[in-house]
Amino acid sequence: MSGGLGRIGVVTFPGSLDDRDAQRAVRLAGGEPVALWHREKDLRQVDAVVLPGGFSYGDYLRCGAIARFSPVMEPLLEQARAGMPVLGICNGFQVLCESHLLPGALTRNDHLHFVCRDQRLRVERADTAWTGDYEQGQEITVPLKNGEGGYVADERTLDALEAEGRVVFRYAGGNPNGSRRDIAGITNEAGNVVGLMPHPEHAVETLTGPTTDGLGFFTSVLKRLVTA
Amino acid sequence: MARVVVDVMLKPEILDPQGQAVQRALPRLGFEGIADVRQGKRFELEVAEPVSDETLARVHELAEKFLANTVIENFTVRVEDGGTSGDAYGDARGAVA
Repeated sequence: MSGGLGRIGVVTFPGSLDDRDAQRAVRLAGGEPVALWHREKDLRQVDAVVLPGGFSYGDYLRCGAIARFSPVMEPLLEQARAGMPVLGICNGFQVLCESHLLPGALTRNDHLHFVCRDQRLRVERADTAWTGDYEQGQEITVPLKNGEGGYVADERTLDALEAEGRVVFRYAGGNPNGSRRDIAGITNEAGNVVGLMPHPEHAVETLTGPTTDGLGFFTSVLKRLVTA
Repeated sequence: MARVVVDVMLKPEILDPQGQAVQRALPRLGFEGIADVRQGKRFELEVAEPVSDETLARVHELAEKFLANTVIENFTVRVEDGGTSGDAYGDARGAVA
Protein backbone atom coordinates (compact mmCIF):
# COMPACT_ATOMS: atom_id res chain seq x y z
CA MET A 1 0.00 0.00 0.00
CA SER A 2 1.19 3.50 -0.67
CA GLY A 3 0.89 6.81 1.08
CA GLY A 4 1.28 5.23 4.50
CA LEU A 5 -2.16 3.67 4.35
CA GLY A 6 -2.38 0.28 5.96
CA ARG A 7 0.28 0.91 8.60
CA ILE A 8 -0.88 -0.95 11.68
CA GLY A 9 0.97 -0.38 14.94
CA VAL A 10 1.45 -3.18 17.44
CA VAL A 11 2.38 -2.04 20.95
CA THR A 12 4.93 -3.99 22.95
CA PHE A 13 4.62 -3.63 26.72
CA PRO A 14 7.01 -5.35 29.12
CA GLY A 15 5.43 -8.80 29.29
CA SER A 16 3.62 -8.71 25.95
CA LEU A 17 3.75 -12.14 24.32
CA ASP A 18 1.73 -11.98 21.15
CA ASP A 19 3.07 -8.79 19.61
CA ARG A 20 5.11 -10.70 17.02
CA ASP A 21 2.14 -12.86 16.06
CA ALA A 22 -0.01 -9.75 15.72
CA GLN A 23 2.62 -8.19 13.45
CA ARG A 24 2.71 -11.38 11.38
CA ALA A 25 -1.09 -11.37 11.08
CA VAL A 26 -0.99 -7.77 9.82
CA ARG A 27 1.64 -8.78 7.25
CA LEU A 28 -0.32 -11.84 6.06
CA ALA A 29 -3.40 -9.67 5.64
CA GLY A 30 -1.44 -7.35 3.37
CA GLY A 31 -0.70 -4.52 5.80
CA GLU A 32 2.51 -3.02 7.09
CA PRO A 33 3.12 -3.82 10.76
CA VAL A 34 4.80 -1.09 12.79
CA ALA A 35 6.34 -1.94 16.15
CA LEU A 36 5.40 0.56 18.86
CA TRP A 37 7.27 0.71 22.16
CA HIS A 38 5.31 1.31 25.35
CA ARG A 39 7.70 4.00 26.60
CA GLU A 40 7.42 6.20 23.52
CA LYS A 41 4.69 8.77 23.39
CA ASP A 42 4.57 8.36 19.64
CA LEU A 43 2.29 6.33 17.38
CA ARG A 44 4.63 6.80 14.40
CA GLN A 45 1.74 7.91 12.21
CA VAL A 46 0.07 4.51 12.07
CA ASP A 47 -3.49 4.17 10.80
CA ALA A 48 -4.61 1.65 13.41
CA VAL A 49 -3.24 -0.02 16.53
CA VAL A 50 -3.32 -3.53 17.97
CA LEU A 51 -2.81 -4.01 21.71
CA PRO A 52 -1.57 -7.59 21.85
CA GLY A 53 -2.00 -10.42 24.31
CA GLY A 54 0.38 -11.40 27.06
CA PHE A 55 1.01 -10.50 30.67
CA SER A 56 2.00 -6.85 30.69
CA TYR A 57 3.79 -5.97 33.92
CA GLY A 58 3.31 -9.55 35.06
CA ASP A 59 -0.42 -8.91 35.56
CA TYR A 60 0.62 -7.09 38.77
CA LEU A 61 -2.07 -5.02 40.50
CA ARG A 62 -4.70 -6.04 37.92
CA CYS A 63 -4.32 -7.31 34.36
CA GLY A 64 -3.63 -4.30 32.16
CA ALA A 65 -3.80 -1.78 35.02
CA ILE A 66 -0.17 -0.65 34.84
CA ALA A 67 0.14 -0.84 31.03
CA ARG A 68 -2.85 1.46 30.82
CA PHE A 69 -0.65 4.31 32.11
CA SER A 70 2.25 3.70 29.71
CA PRO A 71 3.38 6.78 27.76
CA VAL A 72 2.22 5.24 24.46
CA MET A 73 -1.33 5.11 25.81
CA GLU A 74 -1.64 8.90 25.89
CA PRO A 75 -1.68 9.48 22.12
CA LEU A 76 -3.45 6.15 21.66
CA LEU A 77 -6.41 7.14 23.84
CA GLU A 78 -6.61 10.50 22.12
CA GLN A 79 -6.54 8.95 18.63
CA ALA A 80 -8.96 6.18 19.56
CA ARG A 81 -11.47 8.77 20.76
CA ALA A 82 -10.99 10.57 17.45
CA GLY A 83 -11.91 7.42 15.51
CA MET A 84 -8.67 5.53 14.89
CA PRO A 85 -9.28 1.75 14.79
CA VAL A 86 -7.91 0.00 17.89
CA LEU A 87 -8.06 -3.73 18.56
CA GLY A 88 -7.32 -5.14 22.00
CA ILE A 89 -6.69 -8.86 22.14
CA CYS A 90 -6.73 -10.67 25.51
CA ASN A 91 -4.36 -8.57 27.65
CA GLY A 92 -5.00 -5.77 25.16
CA PHE A 93 -8.73 -6.07 25.88
CA GLN A 94 -7.93 -5.82 29.58
CA VAL A 95 -5.90 -2.66 28.90
CA LEU A 96 -8.82 -1.14 26.95
CA CYS A 97 -11.21 -1.86 29.83
CA GLU A 98 -8.77 -0.49 32.41
CA SER A 99 -8.44 2.69 30.36
CA HIS A 100 -12.25 2.95 30.13
CA LEU A 101 -12.23 3.01 26.35
CA LEU A 102 -14.47 -0.02 26.75
CA PRO A 103 -16.85 -0.61 29.67
CA GLY A 104 -16.67 -3.44 32.19
CA ALA A 105 -13.73 -5.50 33.40
CA LEU A 106 -12.10 -8.91 33.03
CA THR A 107 -11.92 -11.04 36.15
CA ARG A 108 -10.56 -14.43 37.20
CA ASN A 109 -12.15 -17.32 35.30
CA ASP A 110 -15.03 -18.61 37.40
CA HIS A 111 -13.52 -22.12 37.57
CA LEU A 112 -10.05 -20.71 38.42
CA HIS A 113 -8.28 -22.72 35.71
CA PHE A 114 -6.23 -21.27 32.92
CA VAL A 115 -8.00 -22.09 29.65
CA CYS A 116 -6.14 -22.89 26.45
CA ARG A 117 -8.26 -24.25 23.64
CA ASP A 118 -9.72 -23.61 20.23
CA GLN A 119 -12.88 -21.62 20.84
CA ARG A 120 -15.97 -21.16 18.70
CA LEU A 121 -17.31 -17.62 18.54
CA ARG A 122 -20.43 -16.17 17.02
CA VAL A 123 -19.99 -12.88 15.20
CA GLU A 124 -22.70 -10.54 16.44
CA ARG A 125 -21.55 -7.40 14.68
CA ALA A 126 -20.08 -7.40 11.18
CA ASP A 127 -19.90 -3.64 10.80
CA THR A 128 -17.15 -2.59 13.20
CA ALA A 129 -13.75 -1.46 11.93
CA TRP A 130 -12.37 -4.93 12.68
CA THR A 131 -15.21 -7.25 11.62
CA GLY A 132 -16.37 -6.00 8.21
CA ASP A 133 -15.15 -9.13 6.45
CA TYR A 134 -17.39 -11.39 8.54
CA GLU A 135 -21.11 -12.07 8.27
CA GLN A 136 -23.40 -11.39 11.17
CA GLY A 137 -24.22 -14.73 12.80
CA GLN A 138 -21.14 -16.42 11.32
CA GLU A 139 -19.26 -18.80 13.59
CA ILE A 140 -15.47 -18.72 13.67
CA THR A 141 -12.90 -20.77 15.61
CA VAL A 142 -9.80 -19.15 17.08
CA PRO A 143 -7.55 -19.98 20.05
CA LEU A 144 -8.47 -18.81 23.53
CA LYS A 145 -5.90 -18.72 26.34
CA ASN A 146 -6.42 -16.86 29.57
CA GLY A 147 -6.75 -17.10 33.31
CA GLU A 148 -8.64 -13.86 33.77
CA GLY A 149 -11.10 -13.71 30.93
CA GLY A 150 -14.41 -13.49 32.72
CA TYR A 151 -16.18 -10.42 31.35
CA VAL A 152 -18.16 -8.58 34.02
CA ALA A 153 -20.11 -5.34 34.14
CA ASP A 154 -23.14 -4.22 36.09
CA GLU A 155 -26.57 -5.17 34.75
CA ARG A 156 -27.26 -1.66 33.51
CA THR A 157 -24.06 -1.65 31.44
CA LEU A 158 -24.76 -5.14 30.10
CA ASP A 159 -28.28 -4.10 29.12
CA ALA A 160 -26.93 -1.00 27.41
CA LEU A 161 -24.33 -3.02 25.50
CA GLU A 162 -27.05 -5.37 24.26
CA ALA A 163 -29.46 -2.56 23.41
CA GLU A 164 -26.81 -0.62 21.51
CA GLY A 165 -25.59 -3.73 19.69
CA ARG A 166 -22.10 -3.41 21.12
CA VAL A 167 -21.55 -7.11 21.79
CA VAL A 168 -19.34 -8.07 18.85
CA PHE A 169 -18.56 -11.70 19.73
CA ARG A 170 -20.23 -14.29 21.92
CA TYR A 171 -18.83 -17.64 23.00
CA ALA A 172 -20.49 -20.54 21.16
CA GLY A 173 -20.47 -24.16 22.28
CA GLY A 174 -19.97 -23.38 25.96
CA ASN A 175 -18.86 -20.44 28.03
CA PRO A 176 -15.16 -20.99 28.85
CA ASN A 177 -14.68 -18.53 31.72
CA GLY A 178 -17.93 -17.36 33.26
CA SER A 179 -18.25 -14.23 31.12
CA ARG A 180 -21.57 -12.52 31.65
CA ARG A 181 -24.03 -13.21 28.86
CA ASP A 182 -21.37 -15.26 27.02
CA ILE A 183 -19.65 -12.03 25.96
CA ALA A 184 -16.29 -12.64 24.27
CA GLY A 185 -15.79 -9.20 22.73
CA ILE A 186 -17.33 -5.74 22.66
CA THR A 187 -16.96 -2.44 20.84
CA ASN A 188 -17.27 1.24 21.70
CA GLU A 189 -20.17 3.35 20.47
CA ALA A 190 -18.38 4.39 17.28
CA GLY A 191 -17.33 0.84 16.39
CA ASN A 192 -13.64 1.71 15.92
CA VAL A 193 -12.43 0.21 19.21
CA VAL A 194 -12.91 -3.55 19.62
CA GLY A 195 -11.69 -5.76 22.44
CA LEU A 196 -11.95 -9.52 22.82
CA MET A 197 -10.36 -12.26 24.90
CA PRO A 198 -9.81 -14.89 22.14
CA HIS A 199 -6.85 -14.63 19.80
CA PRO A 200 -7.57 -14.03 16.09
CA GLU A 201 -3.86 -13.37 15.46
CA HIS A 202 -3.11 -17.04 16.20
CA ALA A 203 -5.55 -18.21 13.50
CA VAL A 204 -4.14 -16.69 10.34
CA GLU A 205 -2.49 -19.63 8.60
CA THR A 206 -3.10 -23.37 8.67
CA LEU A 207 0.48 -24.28 9.57
CA THR A 208 0.27 -22.71 13.01
CA GLY A 209 -3.42 -22.15 13.73
CA PRO A 210 -6.57 -24.26 13.95
CA THR A 211 -8.15 -22.18 11.16
CA THR A 212 -7.51 -18.99 9.25
CA ASP A 213 -10.68 -17.48 10.71
CA GLY A 214 -8.75 -14.74 12.48
CA LEU A 215 -7.33 -13.19 9.35
CA GLY A 216 -10.61 -11.35 8.75
CA PHE A 217 -9.90 -8.94 11.62
CA PHE A 218 -6.85 -7.63 9.83
CA THR A 219 -8.24 -7.65 6.29
CA SER A 220 -11.34 -5.87 7.64
CA VAL A 221 -9.41 -2.98 9.12
CA LEU A 222 -7.18 -2.65 6.05
CA LYS A 223 -10.28 -2.38 3.86
CA ARG A 224 -11.76 0.14 6.27
CA LEU A 225 -8.62 2.25 6.00
CA VAL A 226 -8.72 2.22 2.21
CA THR A 227 -12.35 3.29 2.07
CA ALA A 228 -12.13 5.77 4.97
CA MET B 1 6.60 8.53 58.58
CA ALA B 2 2.96 7.66 58.80
CA ARG B 3 1.23 4.74 57.20
CA VAL B 4 -1.85 5.21 55.05
CA VAL B 5 -3.64 1.98 54.28
CA VAL B 6 -5.78 1.41 51.23
CA ASP B 7 -7.94 -1.70 51.33
CA VAL B 8 -9.43 -2.87 48.06
CA MET B 9 -12.23 -5.43 47.88
CA LEU B 10 -14.31 -6.79 45.03
CA LYS B 11 -17.81 -5.35 45.13
CA PRO B 12 -20.27 -7.71 46.83
CA GLU B 13 -22.05 -8.47 43.57
CA ILE B 14 -18.84 -9.52 41.80
CA LEU B 15 -18.07 -13.23 42.00
CA ASP B 16 -14.85 -13.96 43.90
CA PRO B 17 -13.71 -17.43 42.78
CA GLN B 18 -10.43 -17.10 44.68
CA GLY B 19 -12.24 -16.42 47.94
CA GLN B 20 -14.54 -19.35 47.22
CA ALA B 21 -11.58 -21.66 46.62
CA VAL B 22 -10.08 -20.61 49.95
CA GLN B 23 -13.42 -21.13 51.68
CA ARG B 24 -13.81 -24.60 50.17
CA ALA B 25 -10.37 -25.63 51.44
CA LEU B 26 -11.17 -24.71 55.04
CA PRO B 27 -13.05 -27.88 56.10
CA ARG B 28 -10.13 -29.99 54.83
CA LEU B 29 -7.90 -28.07 57.21
CA GLY B 30 -10.26 -28.57 60.10
CA PHE B 31 -11.75 -25.07 60.12
CA GLU B 32 -15.51 -25.37 60.27
CA GLY B 33 -18.27 -22.81 60.36
CA ILE B 34 -16.80 -20.21 58.00
CA ALA B 35 -19.63 -19.52 55.59
CA ASP B 36 -17.90 -17.19 53.18
CA VAL B 37 -14.45 -15.83 52.31
CA ARG B 38 -13.74 -12.77 50.19
CA GLN B 39 -10.20 -12.01 49.12
CA GLY B 40 -8.92 -8.48 48.67
CA LYS B 41 -5.79 -6.37 48.52
CA ARG B 42 -4.12 -4.15 51.09
CA PHE B 43 -1.72 -1.35 50.14
CA GLU B 44 0.50 0.29 52.76
CA LEU B 45 1.70 3.75 51.75
CA GLU B 46 4.44 5.39 53.82
CA VAL B 47 3.96 9.16 53.76
CA ALA B 48 5.47 12.14 55.57
CA GLU B 49 3.86 13.20 58.82
CA PRO B 50 1.58 14.81 59.65
CA VAL B 51 -0.97 13.31 57.28
CA SER B 52 -2.95 16.28 56.07
CA ASP B 53 -6.41 16.23 54.59
CA GLU B 54 -4.78 17.15 51.34
CA THR B 55 -2.53 14.08 51.48
CA LEU B 56 -5.51 11.86 52.20
CA ALA B 57 -7.38 13.42 49.32
CA ARG B 58 -4.44 12.65 47.04
CA VAL B 59 -4.29 9.05 48.25
CA HIS B 60 -8.03 8.79 47.65
CA GLU B 61 -7.52 10.03 44.11
CA LEU B 62 -4.65 7.56 43.62
CA ALA B 63 -6.78 4.69 44.89
CA GLU B 64 -9.71 5.61 42.70
CA LYS B 65 -7.58 6.06 39.60
CA PHE B 66 -5.06 3.24 39.99
CA LEU B 67 -5.10 0.97 43.04
CA ALA B 68 -8.74 0.00 42.59
CA ASN B 69 -10.83 -0.56 39.50
CA THR B 70 -14.08 1.00 40.62
CA VAL B 71 -15.97 -0.92 37.94
CA ILE B 72 -15.56 -4.05 40.07
CA GLU B 73 -13.92 -2.96 43.34
CA ASN B 74 -14.57 -0.79 46.40
CA PHE B 75 -11.80 0.75 48.45
CA THR B 76 -11.23 2.43 51.81
CA VAL B 77 -8.46 4.82 52.83
CA ARG B 78 -7.31 5.20 56.44
CA VAL B 79 -4.33 6.28 58.50
CA GLU B 80 -3.05 3.29 60.41
CA ASP B 81 -1.24 4.70 63.47
CA GLY B 82 -0.44 7.79 65.37
CA GLY B 83 -2.09 11.14 65.88
CA THR B 84 -5.35 11.33 64.10
CA SER B 85 -6.80 7.98 65.29
CA GLY B 86 -9.58 6.63 63.17
CA ASP B 87 -11.28 9.81 62.12
CA ALA B 88 -9.31 10.12 58.89
CA TYR B 89 -11.39 7.39 57.39
CA GLY B 90 -12.38 7.94 53.81
CA ASP B 91 -14.95 5.38 52.85
CA ALA B 92 -15.44 5.18 49.13
CA ARG B 93 -18.10 2.53 49.07
CA GLY B 94 -20.30 4.75 47.04
CA ALA B 95 -17.60 5.54 44.49
CA VAL B 96 -18.66 5.10 40.91
CA ALA B 97 -16.58 5.13 37.78
